Amino acid sequence: MRLDNIQMSVANRQGPAVRAIPSVNNKITARDVNVYYATKRALKDINLDIEENRVTALIGPSGCGKSTFLRCLNRMNDTIDICRIEGQIQLDSVDIYAKAIDTVQLRARVGMVFQKPNPFPKSIYDNIAYGPRIHGLAQRGAEMDEVVRSSLERAGLWGEVKDRLKEPGTGLSGGQQQRLCIARAIAVSPEVILMDEPCSALDPIATAHIEELIDELRASYTIVIVTHNMQQAARVSQKTAFFHLGEMVECNDTEEIFTNPRDERTQGYITGRYG
Amino acid sequence: MLSGLFLIGEREHMLSDLFFFIGEHGQPMQTTMLLTVIAVLTVVGYFLGRGRAVAIAGGRLSTLHSVPPYHGFFVALWAGVPALLLLAVWVSCEGPVIMSLVLAQLPAALIPTDHQALTLLQTDILNLAAGVSNGREPDPAVADAAGLYNTLHMVAESCLLALGSALAVAGLTLARRQIRGDLRARNRVEAALNVLLILCSLVAILTTVGIVLSLLFQAIQFFTMVPLTDFLFGLHWNPQTAFSGDVKGSFGAVPIFTGTLLITVIAMVVAVPIGLMSAVYMSEYAAPTVRSVAKPVLEILAGIPTVVYGFFAALTMAPVIRDVGTALGLEVSSQSALAAGVVMGIMIIPFVSSLSDDVINAVPQALRDGSYGLGATRSETIREIVLPAALPGIVGAVMLAISRAIGETMIVAMAAGLAANLTANPLAAVTTVTVQIAATIRGDQEFNSPKTLSVFGLGLVLFIVTLILNVIALRVVQKYREKYD
Ligand SMILES: Nc1ncnc2c1ncn2[C@@H]1O[C@H](COP(=O)(O)OP(=O)(O)O)[C@@H](O)[C@H]1O
Ligand SMILES: [Mg+2]
Repeated sequence: MRLDNIQMSVANRQGPAVRAIPSVNNKITARDVNVYYATKRALKDINLDIEENRVTALIGPSGCGKSTFLRCLNRMNDTIDICRIEGQIQLDSVDIYAKAIDTVQLRARVGMVFQKPNPFPKSIYDNIAYGPRIHGLAQRGAEMDEVVRSSLERAGLWGEVKDRLKEPGTGLSGGQQQRLCIARAIAVSPEVILMDEPCSALDPIATAHIEELIDELRASYTIVIVTHNMQQAARVSQKTAFFHLGEMVECNDTEEIFTNPRDERTQGYITGRYG
Repeated sequence: MLSGLFLIGEREHMLSDLFFFIGEHGQPMQTTMLLTVIAVLTVVGYFLGRGRAVAIAGGRLSTLHSVPPYHGFFVALWAGVPALLLLAVWVSCEGPVIMSLVLAQLPAALIPTDHQALTLLQTDILNLAAGVSNGREPDPAVADAAGLYNTLHMVAESCLLALGSALAVAGLTLARRQIRGDLRARNRVEAALNVLLILCSLVAILTTVGIVLSLLFQAIQFFTMVPLTDFLFGLHWNPQTAFSGDVKGSFGAVPIFTGTLLITVIAMVVAVPIGLMSAVYMSEYAAPTVRSVAKPVLEILAGIPTVVYGFFAALTMAPVIRDVGTALGLEVSSQSALAAGVVMGIMIIPFVSSLSDDVINAVPQALRDGSYGLGATRSETIREIVLPAALPGIVGAVMLAISRAIGETMIVAMAAGLAANLTANPLAAVTTVTVQIAATIRGDQEFNSPKTLSVFGLGLVLFIVTLILNVIALRVVQKYREKYD
């Protein structure tokens, strides 16, 4: 009953927002999404819209299903045998769980950056070139060089690594590695980038770097970021969704969530009473 | 604590076994009794020491430097170790000492001057003492000596029992008296254990060094008879002709090395692709249920005795290869490198697959996720990410498999023959280093003949090659470890 109220109120709030910035439309829509790991229900009837060219932050206590939801958006959960998904998720109004959808193409459109930097044990160059190569996006040689350069540039890493492209990506610092992983995701020209706690393994300076980068990338990509850090959510995102025990409790403009949460669970979480 | 007790008990058990062998002259009765006494005193010492420590602490264990069991071990060690050392020294010295006493009693005329005759006389005395007759009526003086030997032996054994028991009791009491709250029993016990472990590893190291040295010395002796260059570069291996004086032309090891190489290559051609692909299947594709059945089954292959592979190669594989070859119009000898190599390859598959499976599983899941997240398919991920990441470990596994193949004897001996042909034809009969060694050692040979000594030359080469392979494999594997830990 109360959940319905919240969703109604969220919908009410979205109305004027859409009018204020007409260019905003929904990139991804999730409707009645339920996820089960074997018999355990990890997500309960999730309804959430992800707006284009915005940063959407997913917050909530550990184990509430943020990563699970994120992994639904590029079907990474398919790699987990016991995972079962119900409901509908649309990317540009096309059901991504439809039979005709190829996960290879889907994941090229919806890239992912993981919690722990996971550069491949290859050279910096090959880390970036890997995605374009398997998708046939660029020819070997000058064309690939250009893709590598522009991806590294957009990830703000080019200046630091341009003289050591042949060195292993694993030799970079943690923050550099994470930006390498972002560059790697950018290299296949995705439309959406999913980030699962991308800064939780990094020091504050590297974190600030990544946050700046996310803000720049917003112009070209739709970004969904899971974070444990409330300040980070407030700094980088325009929309915030609060998850609790597998439910999506509240989704609203970030400012609104942090200054004027509708649900007392949200309030409890952002004021640090639990979680 | 319990495992410590067990360790001590185990050690005594092994020692007593050893002493049964050493104490072959006369009854080991007293020795056994002493061992029993020591064992009992050790256990008693443990409880006394622990009890005393508990009593001293008076309910406040934190006043003790070490917890009571360490005090127990401390006393137990003092009860056991000195007595055991005495026993060891006594048993190893007793025989010679008694013998020299006995010989001193014999009339000087009876004692031969040359070494061999003296040894013979000593053996006679020992045999008589043990009641073993050599058929002849013994010289009365020698018979007396044997009697004296037995008497002295009895006396010595009784002395040992008395002394040993006394030493154990003394050790126990003295150690127990030392127990105080601030006794560093834990450090003492740790130090004693440390010494024990050092001794054990010394035994292992010294044995290895001893084997290598003897190999080296005999090989040097061989190379004084046959020049090293002839051995390494000669094309004819025919040790039989060495008797007719042609030492130089008979020990060219090249055919044997090429035979070994040929069979090893065939084995690897079979084992590496199959082993690697089954490892990839097991770790990346197989459902957990399939994996839980298939992996043990594959590993059973490793438990089959090599002799069984050998007769499988000789009686099944070789005829099949010969028949197929003949049907195709090829000339196939009934013993062929191919048969031996293929079967050896099959034998090595579990090696390659199980080691590769381990290294593939050690590739972090995060790397696979990263690749899937970019839209890579499963086979792209395996080819481009997983296998390159696991490559050093896989190379290590293959290296170990190669050194296993090179060292393998049975299959080749049974399926590929003894003929040292210099050929690269897999359908011909060839021989390998290990087979030649086994074949040469088997006959009754004069030990110093070049033929017998040639095995040391071959063994040395084999040792050096496998050593190098193992070192490379270990380094490669180590490098791999550094990367992910
Ligand atoms: N691979 C999995 N297998 C089984 N259960 C899982 C798996 N991944 C996540 N879960 C469960 O699903 C719930 C949500 O997990 P997750 O999405 O990782 O939470 P969050 O990212 O918010 O911390 C948790 O209870 C977790 O135990
Ligand atoms: Mg998570």
